Amino acid sequence: MDYRIPVGDWIEAAVEFLLNTIQPFFDGVTLVVGWLVDQLESGMLGIPEWLFIAIIALLGLWRVGWRFTLFAVISMGLVIGMGLWAETVVTVALVIAASVVALAIGIPMGILAAKSDIALAIIRPVLDLMQTMPPFVYLIPAAMFFGLGKVPGTIATIIFAMPPAVRLTNLGIRQVGREMVEAGLAFGCTRGQLLAKVQIPVAMPSIMAGVNQVIMLALSMVVIASMIGAGGLGNVVLRGIQRLDIGLGFEGGLGVVIAAIILDRLTQTFGHHRKQAGVLERLKGAAQWFTRGSGETKDKPAQHK
Amino acid sequence: MTDKIVVENLYKIFGPTPKDALELIQQGLNKDEIFERTGNTIGVQDASFTIKEGEIFVVMGLSGSGKSTLLRMLNRLIEPTSGSVRIDGHDVTHMSTKELVALRRKDMAMVFQTFALLPHRSVLQNAAFGLEIAGNDKSESEDRALKALDLVGLKANANSFPDELSGGMQQRVGLARALAAEPSVMLMDEAFSALDPLIRTQMQDELLELQEHSERTVVFITHDLNEAMRVGDRIAMMEGGRILQVGTGREILREPANEYVEAFFRDVDITGIFIAGDIAEDATMTFAPDEAADKALKALQDREQPFGYVLAKDRFHGVVSQDSLKHALENNKGGLSDAYLNGRPPLKAQMTLREILEPVANAGYPLPVVGRRQRFYGVISRSTLLEALRKED
Repeated sequence: MDYRIPVGDWIEAAVEFLLNTIQPFFDGVTLVVGWLVDQLESGMLGIPEWLFIAIIALLGLWRVGWRFTLFAVISMGLVIGMGLWAETVVTVALVIAASVVALAIGIPMGILAAKSDIALAIIRPVLDLMQTMPPFVYLIPAAMFFGLGKVPGTIATIIFAMPPAVRLTNLGIRQVGREMVEAGLAFGCTRGQLLAKVQIPVAMPSIMAGVNQVIMLALSMVVIASMIGAGGLGNVVLRGIQRLDIGLGFEGGLGVVIAAIILDRLTQTFGHHRKQAGVLERLKGAAQWFTRGSGETKDKPAQHK
Repeated sequence: MTDKIVVENLYKIFGPTPKDALELIQQGLNKDEIFERTGNTIGVQDASFTIKEGEIFVVMGLSGSGKSTLLRMLNRLIEPTSGSVRIDGHDVTHMSTKELVALRRKDMAMVFQTFALLPHRSVLQNAAFGLEIAGNDKSESEDRALKALDLVGLKANANSFPDELSGGMQQRVGLARALAAEPSVMLMDEAFSALDPLIRTQMQDELLELQEHSERTVVFITHDLNEAMRVGDRIAMMEGGRILQVGTGREILREPANEYVEAFFRDVDITGIFIAGDIAEDATMTFAPDEAADKALKALQDREQPFGYVLAKDRFHGVVSQDSLKHALENNKGGLSDAYLNGRPPLKAQMTLREILEPVANAGYPLPVVGRRQRFYGVISRSTLLEALRKED
């Protein structure tokens, strides 16, 4: 029996067909995604290093706390010291671009899935497929449709990173308590108002957990996507592998970890309903700590988990 | 009082084929048979009642009795399978979505067992929710919401968030949210059931106080009989989706429709519900005020009665005893009024049994009970009271 079911051939034929018929669509996507990535990249590279660090530090003080801020500043210094600043910024720009697109598609899809059981029944197996398929597999059609470079890398990243946004949005909205929904309706919400004023805000922690997951997945994928020329830190890691240069590979990897921790901690904090201590209070708290020494750590605004 | 809500032959059947089940009900099959044959569950069966404007109408039953379903059919959070609900004469069951939304915004508010406050909104924003949804101007909404918060005593917490408040305070916010739009009907679904007993009583008092100054109609769901007796002007008893009886607490207590209702009411604390007028017994000996003292004494002695009650027609004048009559006669006073015992004031007919415990226990004679303008209801002796407390049979 040397007959095998030619699934591979079918997929190839389908890809071929898509290539021939809706090429203009792919060209359009290439244009939009390419523009987004380029703008972000050049914009972020245009920011002086010290200003970039200062912005992250301020965000860190506002949202997380002084410990995190200290870590972020030191580790960003390390990145500069390793000579990987530009690569890291390119990677982060790719991650942001891919995440923005993934969220722009994923969150509305999650809302749709929450509102309609039929939509969920269709979307769910697609998500399962997207998540279990080894990420390298995305690289091939992405390269075929969009060529080599940043755009296919970003597209592959978008596909790989999107599922948590859909899943956690769907889950979050479906988990909004029955009486909460009833309260919305009982006070005269229309369907749109119910979604905008009750369901989405109440589901926000779950949706933001999705956002956080999307960003983390995107970061892991852009490294892989460097195999089709996405650039950034992935290139450094790839070069390390190709030359069996463990030092170079580790430096690239360290850059990814630092970017991951900073992105993760910053995005995690946006999932809370509660008003946080204001920027000023936090800065004041930080200033106090710097002037009085570390004995005052208990004054640090409480971190919400 | 005018009729505010009229419910007629209301049914709710959950399941795949409600219409089939409805037919089987009409054929007289019971709940279990219908479930076995069609897989449909009966939520509410043939509910008909009228709620008057301004009253607190309590729907009482155990969990699964269909009371929450019934409540939700009033504002159509749950669609009735058949039957009609009319509010101010408008048929709610046939309203379009638009009319329904308008009704919910203007006329009906709801308070929930789990409070159902929105965690991302401050207390003030929660209270203003209904007004904001209805498209009111933001500052006007917040002004009105602040007034509602003031009514429930939470004005000072306007800028807090729900998770910073205790359960009782959270439900006050729920109440304020419902009051803010000044609805004519307020639906309360086990609103106080999640609160601890002390706070619950406090909230019940507040609800009663709020009602005193308002024409609002309240439909109040509870599984707690004492709560039902406390807040309800009238009570509807539900079991298995049916309404067994509608009436005031005392009416139901005195004449329960069936054994289920009677058994249910067995645990109620009647000392706060029955009043002196309910249990007063006729006095054995009564005299007219112009009766002569010696004749009265003779009569008492003949019947071996220590006390006699002096009435002018049906107005109470005083109590005499053999001793007091003798004493009056010894002092050459022949009128009954000279022999009146000046002990305790008569009991008021509206006093609850709890309130009369002390006077009855300490009085040396069966105390007379009077209504308005001293109208005589009868007397309550210690044994009468004990008999009443021993529960009716």
